[in-house]
Amino acid sequence: MTPRPSRRAALGQLAAGSLAACSGAGGSREALRFWAMGREGEVAQALMPAFERANPGVRVEVQQLPWSAAHAKLLTAFAGGDLPDVCQIGNTWLAEFVALGALERLDGRVATSAVVAPGEDFPGIWATNIVSGRLYGIPWYVDTRLLFYRRDLLARAGWDAAPRTWAQWLSAMEAVKALVGAGGYAALLPLNEYEPLLTLALQQDDPLLRDGGGRGNFRGPGFRRALAFYEEIFRRDLAPPVSETQIGNLYDEFARGYFSFYVTGPWNLGEFRRRLPPARQAIWMTAPMPGPAGPGAGIAGGASLVVVRTSRRKDAAWRLIEYLSRPEVQGRFYALTGDLPPRRDAWNDAPLAGDIKAAAFLDQLGRAKPAPAVPEWERIATEMQSVAEQMVLGRLGLDAAVLEMDRRADRLLEKRRWMLARGAGAAP
Amino acid sequence: MRGGGAGWAFVAPALAIIGVFFFAPVAAAFALSLTDFDIYALADLRNIRFVGLGNYGELLANPLFWQAVGNTLYFVILGVPLSICASLGAALLLDSRLARFKAFFRTALFAPVVTTLVATAVIWRYLLHTRYGLIDAAMGAIGVAPIDWLGDPRWAMPAIVLFAVWKNFGYNMIIFLAGLQTIPEDLYEAARIDGASAARRLWHVTLPSLAPVILLVSLLTFAGYLQLFAEPYVMTQGGPARSTVSVLYFMYEQGFKWWNLGMASAVAFLLFALMLAVSMVQLAVARRRGVA
Repeated sequence: MTPRPSRRAALGQLAAGSLAACSGAGGSREALRFWAMGREGEVAQALMPAFERANPGVRVEVQQLPWSAAHAKLLTAFAGGDLPDVCQIGNTWLAEFVALGALERLDGRVATSAVVAPGEDFPGIWATNIVSGRLYGIPWYVDTRLLFYRRDLLARAGWDAAPRTWAQWLSAMEAVKALVGAGGYAALLPLNEYEPLLTLALQQDDPLLRDGGGRGNFRGPGFRRALAFYEEIFRRDLAPPVSETQIGNLYDEFARGYFSFYVTGPWNLGEFRRRLPPARQAIWMTAPMPGPAGPGAGIAGGASLVVVRTSRRKDAAWRLIEYLSRPEVQGRFYALTGDLPPRRDAWNDAPLAGDIKAAAFLDQLGRAKPAPAVPEWERIATEMQSVAEQMVLGRLGLDAAVLEMDRRADRLLEKRRWMLARGAGAAP
Repeated sequence: MRGGGAGWAFVAPALAIIGVFFFAPVAAAFALSLTDFDIYALADLRNIRFVGLGNYGELLANPLFWQAVGNTLYFVILGVPLSICASLGAALLLDSRLARFKAFFRTALFAPVVTTLVATAVIWRYLLHTRYGLIDAAMGAIGVAPIDWLGDPRWAMPAIVLFAVWKNFGYNMIIFLAGLQTIPEDLYEAARIDGASAARRLWHVTLPSLAPVILLVSLLTFAGYLQLFAEPYVMTQGGPARSTVSVLYFMYEQGFKWWNLGMASAVAFLLFALMLAVSMVQLAVARRRGVA
């Protein structure tokens, strides 16, 4: 059976065995329940046989959730006491599930683990798994937003390398805009996505929330600089004031030269390769996000693996996380999904090591910074973008915009302030 | 009153069931709508606060809620008349003495009602596809530029209306058909003898005789269409640009996406008030015309 069963695991198996005997169904091995989303859920299944061979006492049951319904499904499962043993979780959701008390602390297990090595992970990504100084998740794959650009158009506009600072980026955009003329633009920053603006904001030293995450800090000088730069791009007519849905086919428009800079994430490495014809693969390249002075920070995104606090199979759950964290398994996971691995040592092997278009991600992930770890963050970011959209469309000035963002953030954080004031320990 | 005890004893089981499964949940939901039940309260019930009518006030001040109300009314105002006309038209055709294969057509036209919404929605997504869809291809054949039905905020709701009408008209058609068959033949005969044309017979005989049925159908359809949810959930996820977020979809987002159950319950009661108001107006109009 299990190599070295703890008493608890043994008891769990006993209970499970008798349950299985009662129902008369299934084998002698209780399934370890693992929930994963979207494409990762499909691929996880293919990674399980090797794990089960190495752990003969464990059978893993992978349940695939669609991304669009995953968040609601996890909350509902929590309310119904039906969460699985191990779960994939978007790292922006972590604070919320920690606030619910749904997740197991992992500090102790990491300290004694021979596989999970915090030093190998990108520090900004690792930090997204820490709430109030405690570790609750292990990164599974990572994500950040950076520049995809038209190398050929940039070269024709006189730029042999991608811009590295905001000032360079502005002049590169001006040069491209002059080249393509009135029918085109230099950049695409879709108005319905908060990530481009958030990336600019994270490049500043000021925090986005103040008072221990109790109030918005959008009126602070750092965010104002980021927003002013964002506005400048639209005011100079360098980017079209549109949402992504209004673009039609993004890849066609990029190939046509309608825009030359696009701030987006790693899944588009695969999409650009698939959707642009082979003969035109040389026209595009990636680069780290320009910062106020030299390459700047980016969003620390991605997904983590967590152990559910109420699980009765925590040891097996942890072994599964360890298995999925091994560099060679992460390499295979990348080959199957295109999801970037969180460990630097997994980047040393082919195909990632030789991929010059993925290299910008490796570079920028080293500077990735987490968004504020409060459960309300996703909604605050959505409100931030909706106000920024109003500003770009000319309905609000910069000063009014930052005040409005603060007002909306403060309203969303009202409950959190009340809880902080009460001194309730649950608030992360 | 004599025998009152026995009467109460007989209805007691039914009353108990209604009480437990209807009135108790409704009362609990109303109580919930007066609190700020959210994920913090889910973690620990001590984190719940009584906020009185605060949720209602916040909703009425929330432009996204009003957008959802607007979207829902747009759907209802476009969808209900279309749906009733389609049902009535199909019922008249089926009721006509010239019609052949009545049983076959009745079944065929009723089929969308009994098929699974999710399955038909998937097929409709193909039909409405900009590049591969039959609908845009057919419009292209007569020289109309293709429409990005589900991707364009201006067209997404009309596309949902089209789908919903197709999905639902069969049900009302059956009710209308039953109503048509109760109209005495001698009324038509008398009208014909007086020289009334087919159009005048429809206007002066069929429609007045059907009035109670039309009232019933419009009440049911209004109530059903105000609860628009599954169609946008499956077809557009509320998008593009929130143009297909209905009141119920908004409630779903509040309740199950953000877990603001207090707020979601308040949405439910506001929707109930809206539906009650619409039904009252309909009944009042019907009463003035002497139908009900």
